[in-house]
Amino acid sequence: MAEYTWPSREATAVIGKEVDRLDGMAKATGAAKYTYDVNLKNQLIAVALGCPHAHCKITKLDVSAAEKTPGVVAVHIFEHAAVGREVEWEGELLAVVAAESEAAAKAGVAAIKLEYDELPVFVDDEDLAAAEKAGRTGKGGGKTELEREPGDDDDEDEFVEKEIARLLKESKYVVEGYYGIDAITHCCLEPHGSTVEWKDGKLLAYLSTQNVSGTDEGFANDLGITSSDVEVKCDYIGGGFGSKFAPDYWGVAAAKISKETGRPIKFLLSRDQELKIAGNRPSGYINVKIGADENGVLTVWDSVHWGTAGYKGGGVSQTVMPYVIRPKNYRRIATTVATNTAQSRAWRAPNHPQACAMSQTAIDDMAAKMGANSYDVFAANLRAGNVDSQHPDAANVYLAEMERCAELIDWKANWHPHGKGKAKGSIVDGLGMALHTWGGTANNSDCRLKVSPDGSVEAFCGSQDLGTGTRTVIAQVLAETFGLGIDQVRVNIGSSKYPASGASGGSTTVGGVCESHRRAGLDALDKLFELAAKELGVDAASLEAVGGKIRVKGSDKSIAWKKACTLLGMKPLEINASYKRGDVSTLSSSGVCGVQMAHVEVDKETGVIKVKKFVAVQDQGLVINPKTCKSQIYGAMIMGIAAALYERRITDPKSGAFVNAELADYKLARLGDIGELVVDLYEPESERQRGVIGNGEPPAISPKAAIANAVANALGVRVPVVPLTPKRVLDALAKA
Amino acid sequence: MTDLKNKAAKKSGFNRRDFFRGSGAIAAATALQTQTADAFQDQSPQIISGETTITLNVNGKDHQVKAEPRTTLLEVLRYQLDLTGAKPVSSDGSSGASTIFVDGKPMTASTILALQAAGKKIETVESLGGDAVQQAFVKYDAEQCGFCTPGFVMAVRSFLNKKPNASEAEIRSGLNGNICRCGTYANIVEAAISVAKGGN
Repeated sequence: MAEYTWPSREATAVIGKEVDRLDGMAKATGAAKYTYDVNLKNQLIAVALGCPHAHCKITKLDVSAAEKTPGVVAVHIFEHAAVGREVEWEGELLAVVAAESEAAAKAGVAAIKLEYDELPVFVDDEDLAAAEKAGRTGKGGGKTELEREPGDDDDEDEFVEKEIARLLKESKYVVEGYYGIDAITHCCLEPHGSTVEWKDGKLLAYLSTQNVSGTDEGFANDLGITSSDVEVKCDYIGGGFGSKFAPDYWGVAAAKISKETGRPIKFLLSRDQELKIAGNRPSGYINVKIGADENGVLTVWDSVHWGTAGYKGGGVSQTVMPYVIRPKNYRRIATTVATNTAQSRAWRAPNHPQACAMSQTAIDDMAAKMGANSYDVFAANLRAGNVDSQHPDAANVYLAEMERCAELIDWKANWHPHGKGKAKGSIVDGLGMALHTWGGTANNSDCRLKVSPDGSVEAFCGSQDLGTGTRTVIAQVLAETFGLGIDQVRVNIGSSKYPASGASGGSTTVGGVCESHRRAGLDALDKLFELAAKELGVDAASLEAVGGKIRVKGSDKSIAWKKACTLLGMKPLEINASYKRGDVSTLSSSGVCGVQMAHVEVDKETGVIKVKKFVAVQDQGLVINPKTCKSQIYGAMIMGIAAALYERRITDPKSGAFVNAELADYKLARLGDIGELVVDLYEPESERQRGVIGNGEPPAISPKAAIANAVANALGVRVPVVPLTPKRVLDALAKA
Repeated sequence: MTDLKNKAAKKSGFNRRDFFRGSGAIAAATALQTQTADAFQDQSPQIISGETTITLNVNGKDHQVKAEPRTTLLEVLRYQLDLTGAKPVSSDGSSGASTIFVDGKPMTASTILALQAAGKKIETVESLGGDAVQQAFVKYDAEQCGFCTPGFVMAVRSFLNKKPNASEAEIRSGLNGNICRCGTYANIVEAAISVAKGGN
């Protein structure tokens, strides 16, 4: 039985090296086929009608004219759109038209006659009083932690009130703040959807999914077949970010229409539908009071936050508040707000970005109040043990990463107290920082590995590559294990018929696929070593696989890889490996830190903010591919710039309409908006020894708080709610 | 069905009765030219409806395709020619994901009608064949999910064709017509700089 470990840093040839992603050229040339690109013979194109009102009761849905529209082959009405049913958000699909062309399907949709009674709409998630008045709030839970305990005779609630009041009163500094972060959408560039066909009673579904191995069951359950009768395929996915884990009711509808018509169906959401119904991140707003000692070390935190995750209410979980910097005494209460908007979906690091933006802004305002350097206040809290993080050695790692980050952004030279920088005309600059944490435990992953007598190596795994570099990482692990070049390994992912591997969510993929493939590789190597040992007349334990050879460690005695594989005889060696979440292993781990610092410029006349420089220092255990790892972090920072400065869902308070659900109006960062970005991978031996940890979520957490803090530092005035639009900047300045 | 190419060959020009009426869709016939019939440029606007067969010159080859007045070039490229590099992300072109070259100029295929593209030289990302820009995108990892990548490759190619020695500042201000959601901009800047410097 092989011992499953990684080679030392010095001994690696492929792991830890900047390897170009394997599918890079396929993507750059357009050869990569996404779900949207798969054209099946005789396929129909489906287009759906979305509900035009955010809350209404359907009184008529007549599709007869749509059915007669030239080119239209089938019309399907969703169950939830039956006459008499209530629809609770705009964009919810009511009916779908399948036609010979996209244009014909659109014409069919336009011919549908819909009538409905408008019902009251509530979408104002920021106004807690209005939500309460409208009966739209609910309890979101809470928690109180106090160092002192109530006496036997004390009323507990009364004790808590008094104790928090006492702690605030005895604090050297008190900050009372309001902060917020608006709802945003996932806005995947490839919309949600599928291209499907039936063959001999079995469904083949090309699905844009983060969950290749788990969605066959989703189709099967809704279609009354078994999951073995479904194959889900996804070679390439055009963005998911946490919103593409299920076939969705529109995927099931595609399969039903395909069955009914006997023709393949391509059904992807339109752009506005993608934004309106296929994924959004809950909003969060907070009223908070904090107290600190003379060094800015927090002594007490008392907050109420609220927000919406859609028509069911929900919002940002109270469990992550206050975020990372957490004093020993705190009270946190969450209130949910139900709005006429589609229900949220997991968005990179669920709850964390909002918690960070609602907490660490208050920490920074504490520094401002004290006239202190924000860096020192964050550091003082870490040193004082005011830290809640999933990294086992969090305080030390944060402090080390802060030091590195500060060097890279030249914090010392660029720092000035809040609002005290030298203006260049109407332009002021400022620095801000934030800290984050995430788990990232490796997900379940099975794989099958085939080593053939001709020396070829091929792996099969029902995982997916969201653009994170899964394929490349698997190839690197196998190439390293066998002492081969990256091009000598063939990686197959993206089919539910391959051994099951977990969904890509929560930064769990790289850990999972590394676990399964390293295990399979080492098991295979054991078998090859046995054969090679006999051939060479040595002990199998003395062998290693390097440079295309199996050789005796520390000697010239060796056998070429290809030759060694011929010893397998006629049959290829097949190894199945399995990693289950929670298996103890040195190959992967969980719990990371991460620090980000931003340097911004704000024009006080126009309210326009520019990111000058933005630095991320990130740990993620052992790094398999620094190139794709850094890309992931750059991407998170850029998404963060968009959420900090530009993007948000804007709803009309009267109709509930999502008014900016097109890319021309839903403002994202463009290439010229990002400034200078610097990524530093924090990977001392102590981190490397922890094994692989995913980094999809962690770097996406801090940008909002870091940039908002930099703006507060520049202006000396807090712009409380992100995105920090020019109007909000100007409003905050006018109010100050 | 009306075959535009045949009509064009007759050099008799278009007139209203050559086309089916009914759907009310209108296209400007001045945009309808084939390589064999420049004379059409002088035609006044015509009403066209129903499906017609036209010739599109794509990536150096003539293709007979079917198009209605409402059919976009993007639909023809993707569904009839299976050239799926240009992506349908925004129908108004605001994402730049369907960027192609029409007579050498970058345009979004989602905002051009197929009929308008007849007689023009259409080049898609598939025509670049792994050129320096595409190689730089791989080397500098200027792609993640990759859905925006072909459009961005075309935008960078076009920009550098115009400004082969573009500076970093020019690159940062000249490539704002495309959207990437994964956030590959920093890497795209690096890739474009390397090509401008003649590196790669």
